[in-house]
Amino acid sequence: MAMDERPLVKRHRWPVRLWHWINAVVVIVMLMSGLMIFNAHGRLYWGQYGANSDRAWLEIGSTGSAGYLRVGAVQVPTTGVLGHWRNGDGVVQRRAFPGWATIPTGYSLSAARRWHLFFAWLLVVPGIAFWLWSFVRGHVRDLTPTRTEMTPRHVWADIRNHARLRFPAGRAALKYNILQKTSYFGVVFLILPLLVLTGLAMSPAMDAAWPWLLDLFGGRQSARSLHFIAMALLAGFIVVHLLMVVLAGPVNEIRSMVTGWFRLPPERADAKAEEVA
Amino acid sequence: MSILTRRGLIRGAGLAGAGLLLPGCDRLNESEGFRETLRMGERVTMGAQRLLSDRTALAREFDGGDISPVFRSNGTRMPGTPDYAVLLANGFADWRLVVDGMVARPLALSLAQLGAMPVLSQTTRHDCVEGWSAIGRWTGTPLKLVLDAAGVRNTARYLVFHCADLYGAAPYYESIDMVDALHPQTILAWALNGRMLPVGNGAPLRLRVERQLGYKHAKYLMRIEVVDDLRGIYGGKGGLWEDSNDYEWYAGI
Repeated sequence: MAMDERPLVKRHRWPVRLWHWINAVVVIVMLMSGLMIFNAHGRLYWGQYGANSDRAWLEIGSTGSAGYLRVGAVQVPTTGVLGHWRNGDGVVQRRAFPGWATIPTGYSLSAARRWHLFFAWLLVVPGIAFWLWSFVRGHVRDLTPTRTEMTPRHVWADIRNHARLRFPAGRAALKYNILQKTSYFGVVFLILPLLVLTGLAMSPAMDAAWPWLLDLFGGRQSARSLHFIAMALLAGFIVVHLLMVVLAGPVNEIRSMVTGWFRLPPERADAKAEEVA
Repeated sequence: MSILTRRGLIRGAGLAGAGLLLPGCDRLNESEGFRETLRMGERVTMGAQRLLSDRTALAREFDGGDISPVFRSNGTRMPGTPDYAVLLANGFADWRLVVDGMVARPLALSLAQLGAMPVLSQTTRHDCVEGWSAIGRWTGTPLKLVLDAAGVRNTARYLVFHCADLYGAAPYYESIDMVDALHPQTILAWALNGRMLPVGNGAPLRLRVERQLGYKHAKYLMRIEVVDDLRGIYGGKGGLWEDSNDYEWYAGI
């Protein structure tokens, strides 16, 4: 009877799985090559323009002997990680992000741009295809929170369940819970499009072709700042996402994203207590 | 399998993955075949941008209030050559812009001659490939008028801009195609923010090609050579940074 209690069920459709694994590579390359591009000018501004003599709201820099991250008026020492770190040969480097976080490892703006602007196509083309599929085949509905799910009580209960590592079991494990819906919907329909559009808004040719990009984001330098913020949110999502996979049972989770088949955890005896009205 | 060993497995796999990924990317980055694949992105991007946009789409022009308090000078701030020093010493009175190559009438224009042609002023944003931007008001001669005066041949495809500054022993140069050359905002600028062009920004004359990144805006212009092929010029990739550092020739993004 053990097999019946933990049946293998189909959980992810093939476009979800395919797009997931394309992005597992593409997004990491975009992140790491993007950090190298940032290394060419480790300052962020708001508005239409911004260069060294203008006020930066964020700066990753070096005083010569120490690295720092400054956001607004708050400055924190980051020696060893940001602004002042040692490369593989033990030589001090004063670029913002360290070699282990960038593509390529050693400073090269031109190489990072080649990677970033090539992989951008691998982000955008499958991304648009996935979007279309999501709308046509109802995946958007899977990710859209219901009214009940959006009540503070339900959200709070789900946060508590996550914090106690009580993951959905039984039939509930076949649906996205509210925290999953919020984060996946946010990444797929907000953060990734924001990254693409703010990326385009940094292109002088696209700004001429689509001037609304500048109006939408309030200028090229604002777009660059928003691009960075969206990147940080996406990086945060990836960390939490990987953590959740490990905590929820990585073999089962990874299999379901590779083959689509998920071994359903049995309903807990106290399942009723987890149900939220 | 217990959770702990699963975690151990995943962590081991994660570390091994990260350990392989980075050197792997660096190895790919050093592979000429892979780099050639990445370079396809430039052609796709250029094709897509040219397809999506009107070829004469204008870069945004800003109000006077948007002008950067300091317009950053970048790259060469002072060409250190004796020839340039002589030109600078007498206020570029002896400087001439040579226009030659595939033209019916080669030209050698003085600043006064350029200034006597119709003048265009535009307040535009300068975007460095590094990420920063500065807004300034540029005044100069539309490049198209100069090309018309020289009579560019129909088979010409590119303009090569030869500059007075050197990087080591290599002279700076850049190139654009006819779409950008004939664009209404492409000018040969001799003034910035109402004053004659400072040396740091390319005196006496620099290119403004508003829909591309800063390194395309060649400073310290000496000669415009009209050609049908870039391959025979210096490293053959159309610019000093393109030749020496693998920067994109198409810098619209």
